[in-house]
Amino acid sequence: MQVLDLDYMLGLVPILLRYLPLTLQMAAVGMALALVLACGLAVIRVLRIPGLNAATLLFISFFRGTPLLVQLFLFYYGLPQLMAFLTQINGITATIMGLTLHFSAYMAESIRAAIVGVDRSQTEAALSIGMTNGQLMRRIVLPQATRVAVPTLMNYFIDMIKATSLAFTLGVTELMGATQKEAAGSFLYFEAFITVAIFYWVIVELLAWFQRRLETRLNEAYRR
Amino acid sequence: MIKVTGLVKRFGGTAVLDGIDLAIEQGEIIVVIGPSGTGKSTLLRCLNFLERPDAGRLIIGDLDVDVTRASRADILTARRRTAFVFQNYALFANKTALQNIAEGLIVVNRWPKEKAHARAREILERIGLADKADAYPASLSGGQQQRVGIGRAMAAQAEVILFDEPTSSLDPEWVEEVLGLMKQLARERQTMLVVTHEMSFARDVADRVIFMEGGRIVEQGPPDQLFGSPQDPRTRDFLHKVLATQVAIDTPT
Ligand SMILES: Nc1ncnc2c1ncn2[C@@H]1O[C@H](COP(=O)(O)OP(=O)(O)OP(=O)(O)O)[C@@H](O)[C@H]1O
Ligand SMILES: [Mg+2]
Repeated sequence: MQVLDLDYMLGLVPILLRYLPLTLQMAAVGMALALVLACGLAVIRVLRIPGLNAATLLFISFFRGTPLLVQLFLFYYGLPQLMAFLTQINGITATIMGLTLHFSAYMAESIRAAIVGVDRSQTEAALSIGMTNGQLMRRIVLPQATRVAVPTLMNYFIDMIKATSLAFTLGVTELMGATQKEAAGSFLYFEAFITVAIFYWVIVELLAWFQRRLETRLNEAYRR
Repeated sequence: MIKVTGLVKRFGGTAVLDGIDLAIEQGEIIVVIGPSGTGKSTLLRCLNFLERPDAGRLIIGDLDVDVTRASRADILTARRRTAFVFQNYALFANKTALQNIAEGLIVVNRWPKEKAHARAREILERIGLADKADAYPASLSGGQQQRVGIGRAMAAQAEVILFDEPTSSLDPEWVEEVLGLMKQLARERQTMLVVTHEMSFARDVADRVIFMEGGRIVEQGPPDQLFGSPQDPRTRDFLHKVLATQVAIDTPT
């Protein structure tokens, strides 16, 4: 049996590096949009805004209750049939849409829990000195909720980076799609896929390192 | 001057405050005592609109409102003129001692940060915590946290500071330093309305002691009179029980 073809793997690295930016861009844009959407959904849930609250619950239930791959196919193949102007939807857009909606559903719940978890007596203290609700949120509640939510949100970001690999099923040539093509040409499947696995692994480890540093900073106020 | 008349607060069907009339002169130190569940905390919370009263009239300086019709602006005004010291300190956990004290000045009074921090440092000096300016609440003792809580209330420059059992959550070793700070404020004639079970504090510091029961003011007067010759049997009964557990009320401290 032949051992790993290391030369092939090393040769693959510069090729895959060309597709890394697309993977990271999809994840970064997806995360940014998902954060904004999730914050909105969380506020609706916390304030129990009539009407919107029920709609939000349904949204969260659907996007957590169905597979991401199904959602991606729904956007890429399904939506254009419903809405004619979407015939041009490309795989990258569909992926970002899917990642945004899917992950915002999860993130909304952890942001909501973090907001609700801020000690009620601090809320009263802020109101007692005459802060408005907005000032209370900006100055007291959200900074503390952020600290609680960041570890979970970082984990969702890590999940999202890995989930971008599903884009190749929509014909997008990102990290995974490029690997697939290379492997099909060389038949060195194991080498190709272990190389891309290491790519994802390194990205995730870098993020995890950054996450630990961020958490240490955020926890500064709570050390005894 | 602060004045409430006919203050009523109901939870469910029961009137927890059942028509409270109270006037507080500037510089007056009032201690409120009474059995548990009598509405003492609710009274303080209503003055600060942390609870929305069901009836009554509230006058604080030039603010004069029917509490049921108080607008958002009225409520903010009332809150800015009444500072609150909480039993559990309720410090902002994400802010240092200095920031806790300066926060209201910056956000509510819109002072520039430097000016607010300078004032906060003066207050830290007065509460004896100048060296703890950059400490976060989690790293402070209970007594230190409550002193910061009082410092935060001092910064508000309110017409009155409302204290809701400020020493009840403290380990015994920290009680004296907090009472000491409150006595210092009393000497400076800071207007205070204090709910406490510390009878010696009431006797030494109060201008007037109010005994509440069942959502009403049963009896009030100077401490000598209220403790020395209580008129109402309910007052006598309460004092009898409390003084049995808190000895040495009559021995000078
Ligand atoms: N938010 C609330 N909802 C319902 N009932 C309440 C609420 N707050 C207070 N109560 C009830 O109102 C009554 C008076 O409560 P309050 O806390 O004012 O009493 P207190 O005199 O401060 O008692 P303590 O000495 O135990 O602090 C109690 O029976 C309490 O259970
Ligand atoms: Mg109470």
